[in-house]
Amino acid sequence: MRKLKESIIEKLILLCGLASVFFVVLIFLFLLKEGLAVFKTISLKDFILGKSWYPISEPAQLGILPLIMGSFLVTIGAAIISIPIGVGCAIYIAEIAPLRLKEILKVGIELLAAIPSVVLGFIGMVTIVPLVKSIFHLPTGLTAISGSIMLAFMAMPTIVSIAEDALYSVPKIYKEGAFALGATHWQTIYRVVLPAASSGIVAAVMLGIGRVIGETMAVMMITGNAAVMPNSILAPVRTLTATIAAEMGEAVVGSEHYFALFGIGIVLFIISFCINVTADLFLHRNK
Amino acid sequence: MVTFGIKNLDIWFGAAQALKQVNISIESNEILSIIGPSNSGKTTFLRMLNRLNDLSSNCKMAGEVRFGQEDLIKIDVELLRKRVGMVFALPLPLPLSIFDNVAFGVRMHGERDRKILENRVEEALKQSYLWEEVKDRLDVSAFKLSGGQQQRLCIARTLAVEPEVILFDEPCSGLDPISTAKVEEAMLKLKKKYTIVLVTNNVKQAARVGDRTAFFLSGELIELDKTDKIFTAPQDKRTDDYITGAFG
Amino acid sequence: MRNPYRTQKIAFFFLLIATLLIVIPVGIIVLIIIEKGLPAISWEFLSDIPRKGMRAGGIFPAIVGTIYLVSGAIVFALPIGVLAAIYLSEYAKDNLLTRLIKLAIVNLAGVPSVVYGLFGLALFVVFFKFGASILSGSLTLGIMILPIIITTSREALESVPYSFREASLSLGVSKWQTIRHIVLPNAIPGILTGTILGLGRAAGETAPILFTVAAFYLPQLPSSIFDQAMALPYHLYVISTQVPNVDEKTRYGTAFVLLAIVLVMNLIAIIIRYQFRKKKKW
Repeated sequence: MRKLKESIIEKLILLCGLASVFFVVLIFLFLLKEGLAVFKTISLKDFILGKSWYPISEPAQLGILPLIMGSFLVTIGAAIISIPIGVGCAIYIAEIAPLRLKEILKVGIELLAAIPSVVLGFIGMVTIVPLVKSIFHLPTGLTAISGSIMLAFMAMPTIVSIAEDALYSVPKIYKEGAFALGATHWQTIYRVVLPAASSGIVAAVMLGIGRVIGETMAVMMITGNAAVMPNSILAPVRTLTATIAAEMGEAVVGSEHYFALFGIGIVLFIISFCINVTADLFLHRNK
Repeated sequence: MVTFGIKNLDIWFGAAQALKQVNISIESNEILSIIGPSNSGKTTFLRMLNRLNDLSSNCKMAGEVRFGQEDLIKIDVELLRKRVGMVFALPLPLPLSIFDNVAFGVRMHGERDRKILENRVEEALKQSYLWEEVKDRLDVSAFKLSGGQQQRLCIARTLAVEPEVILFDEPCSGLDPISTAKVEEAMLKLKKKYTIVLVTNNVKQAARVGDRTAFFLSGELIELDKTDKIFTAPQDKRTDDYITGAFG
Repeated sequence: MRNPYRTQKIAFFFLLIATLLIVIPVGIIVLIIIEKGLPAISWEFLSDIPRKGMRAGGIFPAIVGTIYLVSGAIVFALPIGVLAAIYLSEYAKDNLLTRLIKLAIVNLAGVPSVVYGLFGLALFVVFFKFGASILSGSLTLGIMILPIIITTSREALESVPYSFREASLSLGVSKWQTIRHIVLPNAIPGILTGTILGLGRAAGETAPILFTVAAFYLPQLPSSIFDQAMALPYHLYVISTQVPNVDEKTRYGTAFVLLAIVLVMNLIAIIIRYQFRKKKKW
């Protein structure tokens, strides 16, 4: 009796263990199910490389290149800001900060990661947007660069915490070896610790960027939502994610527009899948 | 009466062979001491007896092991471990109260009656000479006890499920001499009811408590004989060298 | 000659600057929201429905909606997540399947939140015909927080010393009994931490609920799990971008409530983890 009960429980445990695989596959299948229909009306090449996104005009123009460029521009900007700051902060926390400060900083980083993106978007609207507008004398502050600055803050906690982990797990003996040769603390960090932790730092950067590409609400609120080919970081742009969020509410289920938005979903899923798999490979390379 | 009959036993962990062609029979109500340097296979041998080696996924075993009349491999593993208890090298109390530690196995085997549980706990604690020290504080955490008390608690926990055999894996390695003496005293009394297999790094301990002593070296059983014979007139030179401290 | 100590000083200075560049803005963000949001908080604001096209009144339905959604998500994700964590920490062998499961968890954690929204729309709203409802939204959020719960629970389970398992198994206690009575009770604080982090995450997310449950404006409270509901993050989005001329106070007040809920949950989780580490018996 007890044996039977336990074998049922153990089957259930196995089943739940497989649940994540099941859900990932399910997500991909349902994106495909709803999204592949878009390629009945438009070729993959025209979808990805088409320069016009007018989904509700007659006939609909469903080129997502402006959206890809929008995501790209915002992401590059965020990466340029967040990578040096994030990695620098990780080094500071892992190597330099005294124990107590270190604990406090780690809690702070964790709380930053927890701030909902809609709150960051709101804050961006009331702080960065007017600032960008007045500094660059623009008609609107809702621009790619505003998005980049705000998104940098969403990438940083990811970069800091994973990079800090990687730095922290460098064996103490490496450092002691360098110190024993008379190297300064900074020389040790720069020549020994950083190279040893490099694959973890690469993974941290990739995951941070992954978070930026997937980020939706904040970008939608502060990048201006202009689905046209961007020509400057000071112009309004529209990202892949924001397009889905902004337009799905109005798209009729089963329409071309609906399918196209799912098509964008497939693109986003594939991008995040590639980033996560590669980052995971980097993370486990040394172990 | 023979409790364990072991013939041509080989054990591997992955590619490394831990035991080679071991033949031993373990008699009822004896204390069999197993001595040998580290990595000689003595703990592997001990853990084989209640199949704790099964927990390592790369462990393979060949040869014949009989427990009483039965084939060891074919016995239900939970039943086997209930009949063959184990006391580990370091005291391993569970994160429970003293009472719950001792009652744990009994409860898990289905006993719910509070009165019976209380009796079993008291009896087990008395057998391991811990009762007098803890009877007034059975509900405090087991981690509050000293190392020696914890180890005797672990013995009581094993006794409470009423095993036939108790395996001791270097039970005094972390204890001071006074605690060690108490554990050894418990072992000598327990011998009347149980079969005991004691793995020890402490040659003198084997001499003090063992009826018979086996010497393992590099996975092989070198010599097995009455304890006084092993210590006074060993047949094998390596045994002699080990007990006189030439190596080890 | 370059002086290595001066180089070090300069380098450390820049590292400090990098840290401050994160810490100070975060401090400012939180301070702004507290300073401008706190005065908006009143009993009326928390307990009244939105009035005058959401330009006045309170945010009560959004708070209730968020509570419903978050509870639903946790009811779904907690059992699956904990059992999955048990599988990984207690049963999984070092093989391809385990590698695959871990990879799936990493990916599940990395899927963009708006893609979860699409998935919830396609599966729950359209395919299962649950419509835009609390059920659809909760399930979507539940799948989204699954990786958080699995990862933290697994860490908690694995931090229980292996020797406890051995001691229990050596008494002839079965594997499941060992997990149920020894491993799991000692992992509870860690699992609780993961659960609260998951709750916080679910409470703050907007994109997954956009098309699966969130209502623009709903004067009455939902009466069943098949009803739509308002939710705090979506409400904040709506009043900051979709409705013109909303009083600044109302916006900051809403942002304050949302931020407070999320940060308090995270702080609780951090405190539990800290206490647990300090009190650890082994």
